[in-house]
Amino acid sequence: MAETLLFNALRAAIDEEMARDPSVFVLGEDVGHYGGSYKVTRELYKKYGDLRVLDTPIAENSFTGMAVGAAMTGLRPIIEGMNMGFLLLAFNQIANNAGMLRYTSGGNYKIPMVIRGPGGVGRQLGAEHSQRLEAYFQGVPGLKLVACSTPYNAKGLLKSAIRDDNPVLFFEHVLLYNLKEDLPEEEYLLPLDKAELVRKGGDVTILTYSRMRHHCITAVKTLVQQGYDPEVIDLISLKPLDFETIGESIRKTHRVIVVEECMKSGGIGAELTASINDRLFDELDAPVLRLASQDIPTPYNGTLENLTIVQPQQIVEAVQKMISLGV
Amino acid sequence: MIQERTIPTLPSVNSITRDEGLLLYEDMVLGRTFEDKCAEMYYRGKMFGFVHLYNGQEAVSTGVIGAMRPGNDYVCSTYRDHVHALSVGVPAREVMAELFGKATGCSKGRGGSMHLFSAKHHLLGGYAFIGEGIPVALGAAFQSKYRREVMGDETANQVTAAFFGDGTTNNGQFFECLNMAALWKLPIIFVVENNKWAIGMAHERATSQPEIFKKASVFDMPGVEVDGMDVLAVRTVAQAAIARARAGEGPTLIECLTYRFRGHSLADPDELRSKAEKEAWLARDPVKKLATYLLDKQLVEAGELKAIDRRIQEVVDDAIKFAQESPEPDPSELYRFVFAEDE
Ligand SMILES: Cc1ncc(C[n+]2csc(CCOP(=O)(O)OP(=O)(O)O)c2C)c(N)n1
Ligand SMILES: [Mg+2]
Repeated sequence: MAETLLFNALRAAIDEEMARDPSVFVLGEDVGHYGGSYKVTRELYKKYGDLRVLDTPIAENSFTGMAVGAAMTGLRPIIEGMNMGFLLLAFNQIANNAGMLRYTSGGNYKIPMVIRGPGGVGRQLGAEHSQRLEAYFQGVPGLKLVACSTPYNAKGLLKSAIRDDNPVLFFEHVLLYNLKEDLPEEEYLLPLDKAELVRKGGDVTILTYSRMRHHCITAVKTLVQQGYDPEVIDLISLKPLDFETIGESIRKTHRVIVVEECMKSGGIGAELTASINDRLFDELDAPVLRLASQDIPTPYNGTLENLTIVQPQQIVEAVQKMISLGV
Repeated sequence: MIQERTIPTLPSVNSITRDEGLLLYEDMVLGRTFEDKCAEMYYRGKMFGFVHLYNGQEAVSTGVIGAMRPGNDYVCSTYRDHVHALSVGVPAREVMAELFGKATGCSKGRGGSMHLFSAKHHLLGGYAFIGEGIPVALGAAFQSKYRREVMGDETANQVTAAFFGDGTTNNGQFFECLNMAALWKLPIIFVVENNKWAIGMAHERATSQPEIFKKASVFDMPGVEVDGMDVLAVRTVAQAAIARARAGEGPTLIECLTYRFRGHSLADPDELRSKAEKEAWLARDPVKKLATYLLDKQLVEAGELKAIDRRIQEVVDDAIKFAQESPEPDPSELYRFVFAEDE
């Protein structure tokens, strides 16, 4: 596959897995004839039929529960949240039944399902369409949380998520669907529980995921010119966190900055910081620094929206401050 | 006490053989005896949490599940799930052990009274949140259709039954699932156990149209009301709905008019329901009704029913002994079953 857009990489992952396993099917709002709100399932219904690419009524909680029931009885559903935010209406089914049911049933049932879709702050979409649900769901036992960030990892991770026997919440970002990358011709899968080392460095560890990975890369270009040498890690797995990779990096740099798009209160960064303090406190030369979104509903106005989320310049300044002040 | 609805009568009920009659009776007595024992054990401090008993509603579980294919068709329940579990064939020992929180329970002591599961018996589970089992049942029904039509499995003609209460029919998942079931003609039957109350909320105070079976019509789905204290009537209606579903003709909504003989849960002081209402319904005890029918029709002799009563008492006593003697879950396995990799 030559140069591939991220949404097509996701599409290819779904297509390959559906061809490989007849128990895999897609369901959600406008996934069939319309092709998905971001065209991830475009024309798949022509190849696989209406039952395997099932257009559902606008009934998030119920079609999510239906997927749970289908998964319990041996199918492998992939739910598309038209916008991840809409899955707030499915919180009941995702938390109680997708997340907890295997445990509550004492191992009677498995729930192999993927819940994927676009989230994050886009371009002036307003508060409701700009939500980051990962923080809301990280407290639910039994769920795996995965965030993709490039066409390459999007494809390999989604294929693994579909084959995983657990419920996987798979986070995509509205502003990343048109990223382009050369993808391998041959099939590949990526592990769901491994963080990705984006840039090797020595003086500070930047932990990030999803779109903020790209902001970090932008910031690092500036920082490198100024003589800094940050290490950038894309978490990929937001739950469970890959403390092997994270620990290895911190034992080398002794400084950590978390960069995320979640709100600061109760975000992924909050959990990460607490866990780093639990496990690696003695390794730290400075307190973990969190760069996160402001604790407000995302405003519509473009200037205010930019002020709400972390910008590359803030990452540059945070690294400068942490290293030059020796904190 | 508000005006009671007229109890519906069917033009005719499907006849049963002597053996079928004995099986129905045995299942109902098992349900009743098991629940009475639960109350005793709860008050003696042997089981904890919220325990919702099924006394009075036995004709629904036995009538519907007795008309299904055991271990092949799917059943989905609520927090009031002990008797549904027994009717699908989960051994009384495993249900009781679960209530005692033991490792030998059907949910390995992780679930408790409101979360009984058995994959082996196609019991999709007990669901403690109102309405949340209905979509799960819908998914099992979708799966049957998918296996047949997409995967070419001709044997996949299972029917799924979703049980839930009157109060639950005011929840969105009820309406959403009726829509999808009818839209895709899924092999499912929706069984409403209208016992007139949702904890302390009288049905008439919660809904603009108390005749629940009528709500099917707007989804272009058959809806029937039936005397939920008459196991033969419930069975007759269920048999027709199951046959329709199995033939690919789609879902049916069955409203069973029934009553719970105890409080909402064993923690409920049951102060709102009038004495007159309770007495009127107690007089229509479904277990006695079946016994009378079997004797009147001379299908069985009184001694045979007594023998069943005794045998079931032994089954329940044995379940208690088993539950008491069973081991607690191993504390080192606290995390077991969080993920699929834990078998
Ligand atoms: C989502 C949710 N809200 C509230 C409750 C508390 N609750 C438990 S049972 C019940 C009444 C349900 O009545 P009904 O559906 O008629 O069933 P019944 O208990 O009569 O069998 C309520 C409100 C709950 N379990 N789940
Ligand atoms: Mg009720």
